[in-house]
Amino acid sequence: MRNRVLRLRSESGTASRTTDRRALPVWVLAFALMVPVLTLAQAVSDPTPLQYRDAAEEARFHALAAELRCVQCQNQSLADSNAQIAHDLRREVLTLMQQGRTDAQIKQFLVDRYGEFVLYRPVMDTRNSVLWFGPVALVLGGAGVLAWVVRRRSRQVQPMGDSEERW
Amino acid sequence: MSDPRPASRPLPPVAIVIGVLFFFGLLGLMIYGVMKSGAPDRDILPSALIGKPAPAFALPVLHDPSITVNSSELRGAPYVLNVWGSWCAACREEHPILTRFAETKRVRVIGYNWKDEPTDALRWLEQLGNPFVLVLTDIEGRTAIDWGITAAPETFLVDASGVVRWKYSGALSQRVIETQLIPELEKLERDHAKPRATPAE
Repeated sequence: MRNRVLRLRSESGTASRTTDRRALPVWVLAFALMVPVLTLAQAVSDPTPLQYRDAAEEARFHALAAELRCVQCQNQSLADSNAQIAHDLRREVLTLMQQGRTDAQIKQFLVDRYGEFVLYRPVMDTRNSVLWFGPVALVLGGAGVLAWVVRRRSRQVQPMGDSEERW
Repeated sequence: MSDPRPASRPLPPVAIVIGVLFFFGLLGLMIYGVMKSGAPDRDILPSALIGKPAPAFALPVLHDPSITVNSSELRGAPYVLNVWGSWCAACREEHPILTRFAETKRVRVIGYNWKDEPTDALRWLEQLGNPFVLVLTDIEGRTAIDWGITAAPETFLVDASGVVRWKYSGALSQRVIETQLIPELEKLERDHAKPRATPAE
């Protein structure tokens, strides 16, 4: 549909300015860049960039945003994501920082609303202790089984010895 | 090596049974994971608000911004809160299904117009019809953060005492309404019909 619109417009473009043929592709390109803005309604968003008070605050903000996960594009951090909600949350995080909240308080603020998922490094508690200790338990269990099997085998060396000598 | 016990020949049956169970357990987990990975809603996060009081808010009404509705004013009866925006394509898809549900008048369906231009929102409702008893606007999206909203559409069910009971992310389908929303609503209606043995929280 966009192509058809483009073609229609470019035809009218050639009709009106047949003298300057070189200007046409630039004009078409400019129009093509405008089309998405024209056709899709956009969510309201504040276009002003985040205002940091000083470099230290900016550094702290970036460090914190990299620790938080974007709630919509889940494999991006809040710092990287371009999603609408990520914009809003970055703004909120900076506002909370400027209100004097600590990093831990800001993380808790987001966890209360979006769940623990927002943390790239979730805190350990009883519910997720299996995830923290499960692998260690499996390795220890495996080592135990291995030790047990090896011990059993070593007892069987005696009877196996005879048969092996035949080879 | 001076173990007086003679070495047993094969593995004891218990060890074999444990090994086999372990293997099938892992296999089952893997199959479960593979099946889950195909689910369309696998990225949906459970709401952190379920079972907790809905966030306190004061939001202007779309049709008359001079009126502000307080969250406490909505107590007393359950309500469904549907997050939408005129910029949201999936909301348009959801609209007829939501309208059909709202028309049953089983519960108040309240619109939450998120990050939208009021004129666009009004035009949207005019074009498609307004299924909501009330539409609240959150142009800045600040209150939406308190609700843990990530994307539109999202739908919440809040009970009479203001506790969030259910949330669905994504466009509602007839199936979701029948298998999730209505059963949750029935639960609320049963609780409400029962004489209160315990004081409300």
